[in-house]
Amino acid sequence: MNMINLTIDNRPVSVERGTTVLQAAAQIGIKIPSLCYMKLEDLNIENKPGGCRVCVVEVEGRRNLAPACCTDAAEGMVVLTHSMRAIHARRTVVELILSDHPTDCLKCAKAGNCDLQSMAQHLGIREIHYEGEQSTFREDTSPAIIRELDKCIRCRRCEMMCNEVQSVGALSAINRGFNAVISPAFEMNLDHSVCTYCGQCVAVCPTGALTEVDHTGAVIRALSNPDKTVIVQTAPAVRAALGEEFGAEPGTLVTGKLAAALRRLGFNYVFDTDFAADLTILEEGTELLNRLTAFLGGDKEVKLPMLTSCCPAWVKFFEHQFPDLKDIPSSARSPQQMFGAIAKSYFADKIGVNRKDLVVVSIMPCVAKKYECSREEFSVNGNPDVDFALTTRELAQLINLANIDFKSLPDEDFDHPLGESTGAGVIFGTTGGVIEAAVRTAYEVFTGKKLSRIDFTELRGMEGLRHATIDFDGLPIHIGIAHGLGNARKLLEDIQAGKSQFHAIEIMSCPGGCIGGGGQPYHHGNAEILKKRQMALYREDAGKPIRKSHENPYITKLYEEFLGSPMSEKAHHLLHTEYFDRSKK
Amino acid sequence: MNKIKTLEDLKLLREGMQAKFKLRESGNNAENIVRIKVAMSTCGIASGAKEIMNFLIEELEQQAIEAVVTQTGCMGYCYAEPTIEVTVPGKEPIVFGEVDKHRAAEIIEKYIIHNELVDGILPMNYRTIDN
Amino acid sequence: MADYKMHLLVCGGTGCKASESEQVRDNLLAEVEKHDLSDEVQVVTTGCFGFCEKGPIVKVVPDNTFYVQVRPEDASTIVMEHLIKGRKVTHLLYKDPESEEPISDSKHMDFYKKQVRIALRNCGFINPEAIDEYIARDGYAALAKCLGEMTPQEVIDEIKRSGQRGRGGGGFPTGLKWEITSKSVADQKYVVCNADEGDPGAFMDRSILEGDPHSVIEAMAICGYCTASTKGLVYIRAEYPLAIQRLKTAIKQAREYGLLGENIFGTSFSFDISLRYGAGAFVCGEETALIHSMEGLRGEPTFKPPFPSEAGYLGKPTTVNNVETLASIPVIINKGADFFNSIGTEKSKGTKVFALAGKINNVGLIEVPMGTTLREVIFDIGGGIKGGKKFKAVQTGGPSGGCLTNSFLDTPIDYDNLIAAGSMMGSGGMIVMDEDDCMVSIAKFYLEFTLDESCGKCTPCRIGNKRLYEILDKITKGLGNEEDLTRLRSLCKVIKDTSLCGLGQTSPNPILSTLDNFYDEYLAHVRDHRCPAGQCKSLVKYTIDKDKCTGCTLCFRNCPVGAITGEKRSVHYIDNAICIKCGVCYEKCKFDAISVS
Repeated sequence: MNMINLTIDNRPVSVERGTTVLQAAAQIGIKIPSLCYMKLEDLNIENKPGGCRVCVVEVEGRRNLAPACCTDAAEGMVVLTHSMRAIHARRTVVELILSDHPTDCLKCAKAGNCDLQSMAQHLGIREIHYEGEQSTFREDTSPAIIRELDKCIRCRRCEMMCNEVQSVGALSAINRGFNAVISPAFEMNLDHSVCTYCGQCVAVCPTGALTEVDHTGAVIRALSNPDKTVIVQTAPAVRAALGEEFGAEPGTLVTGKLAAALRRLGFNYVFDTDFAADLTILEEGTELLNRLTAFLGGDKEVKLPMLTSCCPAWVKFFEHQFPDLKDIPSSARSPQQMFGAIAKSYFADKIGVNRKDLVVVSIMPCVAKKYECSREEFSVNGNPDVDFALTTRELAQLINLANIDFKSLPDEDFDHPLGESTGAGVIFGTTGGVIEAAVRTAYEVFTGKKLSRIDFTELRGMEGLRHATIDFDGLPIHIGIAHGLGNARKLLEDIQAGKSQFHAIEIMSCPGGCIGGGGQPYHHGNAEILKKRQMALYREDAGKPIRKSHENPYITKLYEEFLGSPMSEKAHHLLHTEYFDRSKK
Repeated sequence: MNKIKTLEDLKLLREGMQAKFKLRESGNNAENIVRIKVAMSTCGIASGAKEIMNFLIEELEQQAIEAVVTQTGCMGYCYAEPTIEVTVPGKEPIVFGEVDKHRAAEIIEKYIIHNELVDGILPMNYRTIDN
Repeated sequence: MADYKMHLLVCGGTGCKASESEQVRDNLLAEVEKHDLSDEVQVVTTGCFGFCEKGPIVKVVPDNTFYVQVRPEDASTIVMEHLIKGRKVTHLLYKDPESEEPISDSKHMDFYKKQVRIALRNCGFINPEAIDEYIARDGYAALAKCLGEMTPQEVIDEIKRSGQRGRGGGGFPTGLKWEITSKSVADQKYVVCNADEGDPGAFMDRSILEGDPHSVIEAMAICGYCTASTKGLVYIRAEYPLAIQRLKTAIKQAREYGLLGENIFGTSFSFDISLRYGAGAFVCGEETALIHSMEGLRGEPTFKPPFPSEAGYLGKPTTVNNVETLASIPVIINKGADFFNSIGTEKSKGTKVFALAGKINNVGLIEVPMGTTLREVIFDIGGGIKGGKKFKAVQTGGPSGGCLTNSFLDTPIDYDNLIAAGSMMGSGGMIVMDEDDCMVSIAKFYLEFTLDESCGKCTPCRIGNKRLYEILDKITKGLGNEEDLTRLRSLCKVIKDTSLCGLGQTSPNPILSTLDNFYDEYLAHVRDHRCPAGQCKSLVKYTIDKDKCTGCTLCFRNCPVGAITGEKRSVHYIDNAICIKCGVCYEKCKFDAISVS
């Protein structure tokens, strides 16, 4: 008998052993307010420090109030969630948090999306009875993330993400008492730390303490400059999430409206990063096949598995933490950077614009992309291939600024030539998608046969670590998939230990892949949203007339007109990169 | 050092040690020597117990008084550190408080040599499990 | 040269001095001289006998006659009767309160000694760096007995029967704690000695480790035997270098004797101990925080359950015991649970070590049976209040405890009584306050400590305590109002109700207990903007009585800020706008002309 019977607010409830009071209450429709607590169901992500004390409830027979989020339901327990005592304590606790919080909500980046603000409203706080000194900290701006710790409520979600989920270890609690705060060691700046800019801290921060660096102003300036040709690329995961910012159901695809909105914003050309994703498959897929063939041919110099390299946070992660493995990932640049390189060469030539007068903006579900486009190797004479990377949230901000009623927009298409993409490019936005896209192409190139089925469901899912074996016409290819850097670490440690059996591994930093990126509309701890975005991308893929990257006619044309062949010298120069040892030895 | 392997070993060692101490404390024979314990916990040392211990050892040696000076832990009289306990053969142990060099010299001169007491004795005001 | 046959020991403790012991001594000296006994009888002043209620005390050595409540005029009788005629002065002897029989000598009146040393039994007695001395005092006999004659459950039952409760402050039954660990199933279990002493003013754990480290080692091994743990860890503050050094020496010696290591006493039981150093964070005394600190994580508490006995160090069942708790264990085994539980009160057995501090004469480390009253501790053992001032309050339980007043002086000290009185046992700090102490400032002082030591994890402790401090600060500056007192109490209750660990749950205690016991003092601060004890500088006002001032200019010359004006031989004035309330003028004035209000 593993069921436990208890009473919550005078109503009986029966729950499985190990259920918390918070969860038990939710089962009978009682929503106990909580702040620091966060759980991403099925992603194995839970933040349960029991620190904010907002979810305290009265438990009969207990001397003090119990935090519902970390108190397990017990047989015969009698819980009151809205007694005078519990409400008073809860309100006082929130008042205390507010007493140490700037009251600049009107101009806070998180206004309207702030969990603390909602909580104060939820509890009807109209007065703060305990005003006093506020803790103040130096603001820290990095290429991608701004830390404004005066707004930190010490929920520790960012710390949990950075350490437990991502195993990056850039953020942790420092100092004590009133001065306790979450920071890189020795209060150094984020850009001096091992931070990968994955942005998962930003994604879960309940307040405005962690936000992305805002580039909307710079983009508006570029758009209103008549001397500039401004083009935009938009990443696959954006179309599956942007609608949320305008009240659409999670999982609503807004590809057509997205293109329309970008056009109305004044971009001269509206392109698709998916095009560059297809290009990535050709480069990365060819590299994989070359390495695989050499390896099978007995070349001891060749290292396998090959790791994907689309994700800038992942790249920075291994540069810091596994520099000895830096020759294992594919040398292919990420789709964002491939796009930038092609745009400022092939496309600039095509429209006869000097690269200096061409501004490339990317719309990304990611904050690390801001960092990536600022990396020195991705610029020519100081002119970056991609000028600005905006997050999905920043794009929504721009759309609002431009008085565009997003919901009523018609569906429009992307421009040519860099707007055409296949279903393979679309699924780059989810965990498992890059490798599935690669398999679709690699199989056909390697075996010379047509795939009988295009959907590789064995590569799909939300499990943090997955693996599958694909039959390449008699040759079993072992594939590993990790999302979340903590999961990636496990695969890397296996590689270091010589235990890895995989030929190819796909790694994405964010849980769920780019759909769960740090630049996406806030999920507020609801993992269902991520799953719906994932389904949306597979839906888009399924509806595409062409679903294999090598069949993209504009890609074929690009090689014919400009690059020659995958891994050609020109391709190598424009589409591949090298990695650096960033460990502090 | 031999390992203690059985309860018997422990008993033998204990009895041996106890006899040795008894001999030392009861006097009237070859082990007829003065025994001094200096309270050497952090607080005692901070108030100068180490210097007093060194001083006592040197002084007793110079005056050719047969004595054993050892360290011990805190006696609990924090208000009177440094404290020392002096056992003259055949007599009850006596605790002296606030022992500086001057007082230490006085204790040797008056109490140990001439059986005179000096002011500032700390009466033992506790019971132990032994009694 | 004198050859003294007799010594008259006159108590020179402050309590006895107050009752004319100096006069007694002088009279005795005079009488001795008068009878030409100076070469045979020596009169000496001693420290406190710890029996102040019956002072002044005169003890005659070598016959150990113990005279109580000796008045100066009794000197001649003592000399005449006792010294010359050899007859004891019966009416000055202590009378057994029950039989009314006089008791002739101190050998028969040990009961007046309020202290009983169990945990401190070897401190100040043996050389802590000599294992042989420990063994001579029955050291390791308890471990031998456990391994040789008792099953682990029998040992646990004995500890349970002894009624021993955790001395670190929690008061959790030790035997029960061991039993929970013993029943937890795991491939590895741990015994942890919590030597992260953090209460301000408490230092018993350090003293035990410095004075008798083997008792802790032996007890840890016994605990290891009971709970099937083979590894012991001592979590000790790095600021205790001497304790660390002595403990290391002791561990080494125990290993050399085979009392730690493989197959102890030739049995299958193996146990060894290593040290872990703490940085002295108060919150690391909390067992979950302590364990996190040992694991190399931030020293922060986590929610219990799971208790360490189920999932502790590295997730394994771990028994965490405080130093003082452990030090008593060998005695319980050697002398039996009945010996231990015969001492103390119904629910608190044995003895407790206290560190007496504050405005008390005999500052020191004492050990008394549970059930001893605060009055006995403060006035007999502690020798009363310094400078003959009036007792105001005693703070027990460190920063988490409360301030108890006069009305609690006859409360027998035990876990439950102290909690009922609004304070707690804590680790045994006991700070005495006199009439000069401002209770609002005292509450503020303790809160300041909590503020520094809070880990900052939970909201009520991190921000709530800060707000409490700010309100108190406001009050002590004369800027408070009565509403602040209501807010103070209300916030205290929420902090107690919602904090994550014991630190926050108890941090408001000093405020609540002073609000309860000294509400008038708070009111005086907020209503009249007056500090009755004259401690709150912002509220103090120095004035010069123009009738008493002679114009000597001493105050004028000593004032560091030039707040005093006045011509020579004419009345001086203090400008309160300039005055920094340092009190120098008050101290310097020879004519008592300056008053504080």
